Amino acid sequence: MKDTILPALRLLAALTVLTGAVYPLLITAVARAVFPRQAAGSLVQNEGSSVGSELLAQKFGSPRYFQPRPSAADFATVPSGASNLGPTSAVLRTTAQDRAAAVRAACGLAGDTPVPGDLLCASGSGLDPHISPESARLQLDRVARTRGLTPEHRARLESLVTALTEPPQFGVLGEPRVNVLCLNLALDRL
Amino acid sequence: MTTLDTVQVLLYLGLLIACTPWLGGYMARVFTGERAGLTGWLAPVERCIYRLAGCDPQVEMRWTTYAGALLAFNLFGLLALLGLQLLQGVLPLNPQHLPGVPFGLALNTAISFTTNTNWQAYSGEATLSYLTQMLGLTVQNFVSAATGIAVLLALTRGLTRRSGTTLGNFWADLVRATLYILLPLSSGLALVLVAQGVVQTLAPYIMVHTVEGGQQLIPLGPAASQVAIKQLGTNGGGFFGVNSAHPFENPTPLTNFLEMFAILLIPAALTYTYGRMVGSRRQGWAIFAAMLILFLSGFAVALTAETGHTGNMEGKETRFGIVNSVLWATATTAASNGSVNAMHDSLSPGAGLVALGNMLLGEVVFGGVGAGLYGMLMFMLLTVFMAGLMVGRTPEYLGKKVEAREVTLAMVAVLAPCATVLVFAALAVLTPAGLASISNPGPHGLSQVLYAFASTANNNGSAFAGLNANTGFYNYLGGIAMLIGRFAAIVPALAIAGSMAGKKTAPPSPGTFPTDGALFVVLLIGVVLLVGALTFLPVLTLGPVLEHLLLQQGRVF
Repeated sequence: MKDTILPALRLLAALTVLTGAVYPLLITAVARAVFPRQAAGSLVQNEGSSVGSELLAQKFGSPRYFQPRPSAADFATVPSGASNLGPTSAVLRTTAQDRAAAVRAACGLAGDTPVPGDLLCASGSGLDPHISPESARLQLDRVARTRGLTPEHRARLESLVTALTEPPQFGVLGEPRVNVLCLNLALDRL
Repeated sequence: MTTLDTVQVLLYLGLLIACTPWLGGYMARVFTGERAGLTGWLAPVERCIYRLAGCDPQVEMRWTTYAGALLAFNLFGLLALLGLQLLQGVLPLNPQHLPGVPFGLALNTAISFTTNTNWQAYSGEATLSYLTQMLGLTVQNFVSAATGIAVLLALTRGLTRRSGTTLGNFWADLVRATLYILLPLSSGLALVLVAQGVVQTLAPYIMVHTVEGGQQLIPLGPAASQVAIKQLGTNGGGFFGVNSAHPFENPTPLTNFLEMFAILLIPAALTYTYGRMVGSRRQGWAIFAAMLILFLSGFAVALTAETGHTGNMEGKETRFGIVNSVLWATATTAASNGSVNAMHDSLSPGAGLVALGNMLLGEVVFGGVGAGLYGMLMFMLLTVFMAGLMVGRTPEYLGKKVEAREVTLAMVAVLAPCATVLVFAALAVLTPAGLASISNPGPHGLSQVLYAFASTANNNGSAFAGLNANTGFYNYLGGIAMLIGRFAAIVPALAIAGSMAGKKTAPPSPGTFPTDGALFVVLLIGVVLLVGALTFLPVLTLGPVLEHLLLQQGRVF
């Protein structure tokens, strides 16, 4: 019995130091030296102060801005969350219908205009930083109108959306997407 | 599927098949004591660990000693993690001043991470200090995975040793798996993850003023180091509550691909390691083939169901889209990983059924690190037993007779989690405490409960997360389910190893049923599916199948 218990305790202590202290601290040190921005949350600066993280969605309520995907936890971060509503949920169905109506009303679209799925469905993280390129283009008119953009500025906004549309990574992985925070910051500088 | 989708899936499978002999061969060399890439470099560290622990890695253990060492090590790990959570409020590295975790939740979490389940009834960013995440969870991420590998090694030795009585040394197996396999792979993956944007810092959370003038608290922490091992060790416990859907845990399509690849990498490679160690690579590839066929069948069903479903972006992230979410959901439930990049609760009934089914088959489709293969070996013993019954010969596996004792033990290992799922789920739907946690009405509510116990009793850890799991009922009952799922499989597996080790190996005769051919693969798949179907078809009919039929008619609840 003693042959088992003592080594078990001491081995647990040794492996705790190795995998629970040495390993994460070493990774932290290397990360800080080589990838300081990424390791610290990919913060975005605007006029000298951090306005958020490039990787986390933040709330944009004003029609002057492009809006991110719906967040079931209303963009809370600690913790964030999803709706976790199942496919036969009546709440989910009416919520999606309400969102479609709201998007059409805000963008001045006809009642039968299809709305991209990513604007109707809450994201998994509640902090999805991206929308689909279709969703960005759908909001373009509204943003231009609210801001009273001249045709020339509107054209620049269109090319901005195109420029900020990320293709699949390495041309293969994932989906095309637009980062909403980056787009809105660029929009303010237009 | 678009062309690009197909390319991604083929890339995933191609890389998995290519890496299986590479990593599998390396692991075989490590575990048989040959020189392998890193063993020269890290050997001094290994010797140092043995000296600190005061254990002799050369001592051979009988199965009872091996099991005793394993249980003692896991028990102490559980208690340490429990204590760390209860006391985190007064311990350092707690920049958000989070209080100690309440006992029921702390016990559930301690069991969850020691048993390689990583079921989470909490959200890390709101509940756990950096110290608890590192010194508690990260450690168990490593050693629970290494424990699974150790059991597999002991079983392999039992099946191959010629008339011995011992199975190797638990301490040595544990240390070698951690030091030579899990640590190097995790370090590499963690650094790639940081480069892509996974956070890794000990700094406190940051409050920023958003563009529209609001406030946003940005959670941080040493995430990358933990995310790497949670994927590689089939653990699955997220640093953040929403797991790998969180942009800080899985920021880009590249991290998604690598994390998803890491889920299956070691379980797949271990089939090759096994083949090498039993002296016939074909044996390993036969198991790999059976697993791959089951995996691809599940994926095809899930993908068809999900793409044909409207509203299928609910709970998913834009950067991953449908195909990557479904591929992840299939891989994470096939292997007992349990991390998620999309919310399974919002999957279509068909895709949810595949996720549930993968777990209910006993986590043997690649399965947990080590655990998947020793689980599959239980099914293989049952398969040779049944084949023996059909032709009227004494069943044998790898030249050793399979007798009543081994078949009984294998049945215990296979049926213990099955019984736990059904009995506990029945308890939940019969009691107010169990029913109160259901968030989705209709048949989906039953699926939520069934999923919870399928996940805990098979040590997966993913959830239909709408179910409120942080209640006394689910914390304690789930904890018991996780313990049964883990140790009611490990102890019988080691006992089988012990009794097989003592048996003589007979050379194959013309009447021997070969276990490395296509016929065996088909039979093995049949046995796995048959056990699963006979046990769970009735309850699956009342859950996801009924939900699918009602959805087709446009019914909502």
